[in-house]
Amino acid sequence: MHRFANPARFLRLSAVIQPWAAGATVVLLVVGLYLSLFGSPPDYQQGDTVRIMYVHVPAAWMALFVYVNMAIAAAVGLVWKHPLADLFSKAAAPVGAGFTAVCLVTGSLWGAPMWGTWWVWDARLTSMLILFFLYLGYMALVNAFDDPERGVKAGNVLLLVGVVNIPIIKFSVDWWNTLHQPASVIRMGGPTIAGEMLVPLLVMAFAFTAYFVSVVLLRLKSEILARKIQTLRLNDAQGR
Amino acid sequence: MNRFLTLVGRDLRLALRQGSDATIAVMFFVLCVVLFPFGVGPEPNILARIAAGVIWVAALLASLLSLERLFQNDYEDGSLELLVLTPLPLEAVVLAKTLAHWLVTGVPLIVAAPLLAVLLNMEADGFGVLVLTLAVGTPVLSLIGAIGAALTLGARRGGVLLSLLILPLYIPVLIFGAGAIDAAILGLSPRPHILLLSGLLAGALPLAPWAGAAALRQAVE
Amino acid sequence: MPVFAGTDLTCLRGDRLVFTGLDFRVGSGEALLLLGPNGSGKSSLLRIMAGLLRPFRGRLAWDDAAVADDPDRHRGRAHYVGHLDAVKPVLTATENLAFWAALGGAPVPEERARAALARLGVPHIAGVPGRYLSAGQKRRLNLARILAAPAPLWLLDEPTVALDRAAIGLLEAIIAEHRAGGGMVVVSTHTDIALPGAATLHLDDFTPAGPDDGDDPGDDAGDDDEDTRP
Repeated sequence: MHRFANPARFLRLSAVIQPWAAGATVVLLVVGLYLSLFGSPPDYQQGDTVRIMYVHVPAAWMALFVYVNMAIAAAVGLVWKHPLADLFSKAAAPVGAGFTAVCLVTGSLWGAPMWGTWWVWDARLTSMLILFFLYLGYMALVNAFDDPERGVKAGNVLLLVGVVNIPIIKFSVDWWNTLHQPASVIRMGGPTIAGEMLVPLLVMAFAFTAYFVSVVLLRLKSEILARKIQTLRLNDAQGR
Repeated sequence: MNRFLTLVGRDLRLALRQGSDATIAVMFFVLCVVLFPFGVGPEPNILARIAAGVIWVAALLASLLSLERLFQNDYEDGSLELLVLTPLPLEAVVLAKTLAHWLVTGVPLIVAAPLLAVLLNMEADGFGVLVLTLAVGTPVLSLIGAIGAALTLGARRGGVLLSLLILPLYIPVLIFGAGAIDAAILGLSPRPHILLLSGLLAGALPLAPWAGAAALRQAVE
Repeated sequence: MPVFAGTDLTCLRGDRLVFTGLDFRVGSGEALLLLGPNGSGKSSLLRIMAGLLRPFRGRLAWDDAAVADDPDRHRGRAHYVGHLDAVKPVLTATENLAFWAALGGAPVPEERARAALARLGVPHIAGVPGRYLSAGQKRRLNLARILAAPAPLWLLDEPTVALDRAAIGLLEAIIAEHRAGGGMVVVSTHTDIALPGAATLHLDDFTPAGPDDGDDPGDDAGDDDEDTRP
């Protein structure tokens, strides 16, 4: 409990932020979905299929964004031993893994009409798949220890190793992909994004960010409370 | 340096006395490759086409097999605590133990690989590159694996967890390793692949001991 | 004359406060005896002294120079004997011991190893592989480690476990000799061990409150979480 003097302040702060983040999620999601489903033109090549992009691409951005944030928190946790930084990565991981899964599923759904198959070893999708495995590995490691603190610390080291490796993996997969596939495959979220497509894309990205913030705050809160309960029980067990 | 060699020597001696790690890794490697003709059929052209990838994937799995115990025994019998407390920096301890592990399990794989290439009808042009890529690539596998072995010390189901953590990180090594052999067989230069693979080794040499040492410090705390 | 001291040390395992506000001081030739019930943090304190565990708060100093500033140097001058004996079953007693002696910087590790085994009264196990040794012999082998390479500070966590009366007598003599040569010793123990003129430190004086029947945090910090989780 002594070490949660700081988290107490955090709990007060999060109580203020959280309703706003949750409200922003709802508003942005409604606006974003309206814009992407009705307020934007169909693609001249892909027709209405292109609307999958408004979920797929922001999810991909978020997947990477969350992982990088977790790695930054891991560095902060390792260097300054800040207890909140440790808890943040643990709280954020399932959300990030969820975004990655959404990205993979929508990618597969998008691929079906475009390529005529549910899965193509496209460089971006493959990199996302590996990122998904990195998320799963992190979550498995954090939960594999009897002492939760040890799990979080080991997870921090893994996150730093992972974030160093992500550019290497991305580069190697791109390299592998150009060697093994003809370059004529249509790329997802291709380079020709018109202005009227960009607006719904950004709104959706903000909606996802707001969602991420509100869910992580909630998960952090429950994690802190769980730790408090554990401390109380430990003290009970020791008759203090 | 003397202390470093003392530790390498002790680990080699332990491995030789216990005797099983090296042989099991090689036997697994051979068996794994031999399974493929049963799976895809004995058609020589198909086997020749997939030979490079199959041998590399099998090498990857074989090196993973013994990694779990890299620090496990020392952790359980208390030696690891004492190693943390010796004047030798912990990064050097990780590097020494990884080197010993590679000598015991990595080198036999390199020796066995050409034999397996024959079994899979690999084109003769690929043989030299196969050995070269394994010689540069397997140390990277051991180094990355050492991080995973240190991270999973004391975890439940450490072995399975280790593969989950480490296999995604092995992908670049696999891509450049198998790619170099394919390039050589197609008559292209394998040089860029091998240079990239060497780059991975150059990066892993300082980074893996650092991360492994950080993980070991947590494990003994 | 070197002095090893700690000021205002606080130890936290997980979210449990083990001890707080602890001060100690060991001078050249002195001994410190750690007493206290299970869970009072004797093992944790020894691990903090050795550098295995970082104190949550507080400062360790060697001759007024903070240990945290030069941890490598500190490891070179301390010997730690924990609960585990670190004996490899496939190596002979001499090989086991010579390895640690060499890592500790002894010039002729094999000779030192043999001499240390003789000093602990077990010269006959020199060529015997670790797996054939009894618990008491393993313990003596582990204690021989502190003789095989010289270091001024000895940190002994329950060194008498598995030792018979004669071996405890030997250990007492060895410690006395070490102190006579200017060495320092910190010992935690439940049994009687004669350390003439040793200062004592009762760890339960520094625990937050009340009696305590918990397990020793040194060897099972992980388990106590499991018992209390829903």
